[in-house]
Amino acid sequence: MEASADIAPKVVKEEKQYSYLNLGPTHPATHGIFQNVLKMDGEVIVDSTPTIGYIHRAFEKLAEHRPYNQITPITDRMNYCSSPINNIGWHMTVEKLLSVEIPKRVQYLRVIIMELARITDHLVCNAVIGVDTGALTGFVYLFQQRELVYEIYEEICGARLTTNIGRIGGFERDFSPKAWEKIHKFLKEFPLVLKEFEDLLKRNRIFMDRTIGCGGITAERALNYSFSGVNLRAAGVDYDVRAMNPYSSYEDFDFVIPVGTNGDVYDRFMVRQEEMWQSLSIINQAIKKLPEGPYHAKVPDFYLPPKEEVYNNMEALIYHFKIVMGETDVPKGEVYHCVEGGNGELGFYLISDGGRQPFRLHLRRPCFIFYQAYPEMIKGSMLSDAILTMSSMNVIAGELDA
Amino acid sequence: MEAAANKIIVGEKPEGHEGHGFFATKLDKVVGLARKNSIWPLPFATSCCGIEFMATMGAHYDLARFGSERLSFSPRQADLLMVMGTIAKKMGPVLRQVYEQMAEPRWVLSVGACASSGGIFDTYSVLQGIDRIIPVDVYVPGCPPRPEQIIDGVMKIQYLVENESLRRRDSAEYKAMLNKYGIE
Amino acid sequence: MMEAAAQERLISVVNEKFEGEIIEAGMVKDFFTLILKREKIVDIIRHLYHHAETQFQYLTTMFAVHYPDQNQIAVVYQLHNLSKNQRIRLKIFLPADNPTTSTLTKVFAAANWMEREAYDFFGVLFQGHPNLKRILNVEDMLIFPMRKEYPLEDQTREDKNDLMFGR
Repeated sequence: MEASADIAPKVVKEEKQYSYLNLGPTHPATHGIFQNVLKMDGEVIVDSTPTIGYIHRAFEKLAEHRPYNQITPITDRMNYCSSPINNIGWHMTVEKLLSVEIPKRVQYLRVIIMELARITDHLVCNAVIGVDTGALTGFVYLFQQRELVYEIYEEICGARLTTNIGRIGGFERDFSPKAWEKIHKFLKEFPLVLKEFEDLLKRNRIFMDRTIGCGGITAERALNYSFSGVNLRAAGVDYDVRAMNPYSSYEDFDFVIPVGTNGDVYDRFMVRQEEMWQSLSIINQAIKKLPEGPYHAKVPDFYLPPKEEVYNNMEALIYHFKIVMGETDVPKGEVYHCVEGGNGELGFYLISDGGRQPFRLHLRRPCFIFYQAYPEMIKGSMLSDAILTMSSMNVIAGELDA
Repeated sequence: MEAAANKIIVGEKPEGHEGHGFFATKLDKVVGLARKNSIWPLPFATSCCGIEFMATMGAHYDLARFGSERLSFSPRQADLLMVMGTIAKKMGPVLRQVYEQMAEPRWVLSVGACASSGGIFDTYSVLQGIDRIIPVDVYVPGCPPRPEQIIDGVMKIQYLVENESLRRRDSAEYKAMLNKYGIE
Repeated sequence: MMEAAAQERLISVVNEKFEGEIIEAGMVKDFFTLILKREKIVDIIRHLYHHAETQFQYLTTMFAVHYPDQNQIAVVYQLHNLSKNQRIRLKIFLPADNPTTSTLTKVFAAANWMEREAYDFFGVLFQGHPNLKRILNVEDMLIFPMRKEYPLEDQTREDKNDLMFGR
């Protein structure tokens, strides 16, 4: 009896012990402040709990206490890498509420600005993907190109980063010759730098080994998580708001929507690269086909009248006073408008109850919605792959928390 | 023509006694000179000002020529805490913890309107200025400040670093200030 | 954005299984909006998800609105059919003193954080939610800040001079 017990195999039950790593709010690799507590089995991540809200600035509540013109600087600070898109999206929402007809020239100029903003947003993200894999050179070159775009913004609206560009109804002045000169300079110099950056990483053995198969998501899961923008297109679904619900004359332009297959980091990188080339092509088409016309629509309730009229005409003086003091009553209505932001479908849901300030402004923020899928995307991967996944998703803290 | 092209501004040397092969001056002047040109910043970048900081570190504005080439993300190895961006009330304890981990001598630069005073976000969730929880040396206004302004702020920090006494942590008024914030 | 025939089809698809749940249906600006009774909203959305004619398989957004005059909190869902490019809006109204409804997380994974945000800001309770905790505000906050009765500014500030701010 005992002899057989001696040679019987012993079954030992071991309790698996996991360690918890705090990828805290301040971390050099997380671009923006959000926290992840990772449950790790050695080097492999088993689960993670994200905590956001470290930069919650209460935009939606703030918008209920500000007149419509003063909400534009607030929308700037959502996705601050591409603030013109947020500004123009907000202006288009108010114009939809007021049912204003926007002249063609304004629409084309807006397209030029939005595509420039999209290029800058993708530049930041791709440079940062490079940095997180160790390729620090690309970052410096691409940020130099961002300086050229900052100069263009400065010519048009006066600010570099948080632009508050344009007005409800159009632009405050037409683009100056200096602005056109800078735009042409950018269009001449940028493709060479972009090609150089692409050649550094596109077929680079180390980069490809690092990024292919890392942080992928299938198209079905991505749709269930309401992904939009580059993350969804990299997973294989060709949903682009510019093509599906065209706004601001995007239907006049000829562009291709790049789509990936696996939804991993390499696909997102390549989709962003290709989108930058497409944006350049759209800007070139817009400049070639730019029609003549007024640079703003007739929205006397929101658009400041010219100074000569303000000094000579009683009506213009009253309009000027009401606009500056924020005392314009806006008609009642409920409207939803979405634009293709740097990260996906950026939506503005505006309810006006006839007062001077919105009754409710809800911002559909793409970063907030797709960051939910992050724990699922990194399950089973290593820590450095998790960092790379986070930076390739282009999570911007301002848009995440709002 | 050639003077403009080769205009090199020589740094000012502190007062002292010079001779053949030696230069004698006070110790705190030398230490101040060394400290001010080798500040290691901790970029505590939270929002839009962080992107302007990235532009300042880039090739165009180049903060590295002020000696800040090596960014330290660990507070234990940093000298200058650059708080850039909005600090929400949820983030306040984290900022305080980071500040307390820094070793003396340490300085704090508050970049941007949000860090200095809450900025345009006068809401229930935003801390109205980081000087409510940590002592601040230099404030840089702007929303976001241009890279030139950030560099100006760093230069003012350099002035403070150069002219501070070597053991400011022992002085009575510094201790009183830290007590006000509840920091040992 | 939706022609009258498509609107009729949609209403009849809902009425196939959920007769009498629609309170009001119509176009608001360019968006087809249905106001529904609150009890069976998740089943209706699941029905619209799977039904061959509608297939609304993308949740654009979901949020709450506080109407203090009617003492109600509305929850708004916006769905999108990507293949046919149709968008609809579904609204339900909940009483403000007890805003409870069922969770949508079993149909759309995206609803997880959207419902947490609605809970955080308005206090809407979603039954069946896996993790209904505050998401953006501090964990120990006692009020639901987006409700109209709460102010925007921090009331404990002592350094603001109200005279200078026109209050």
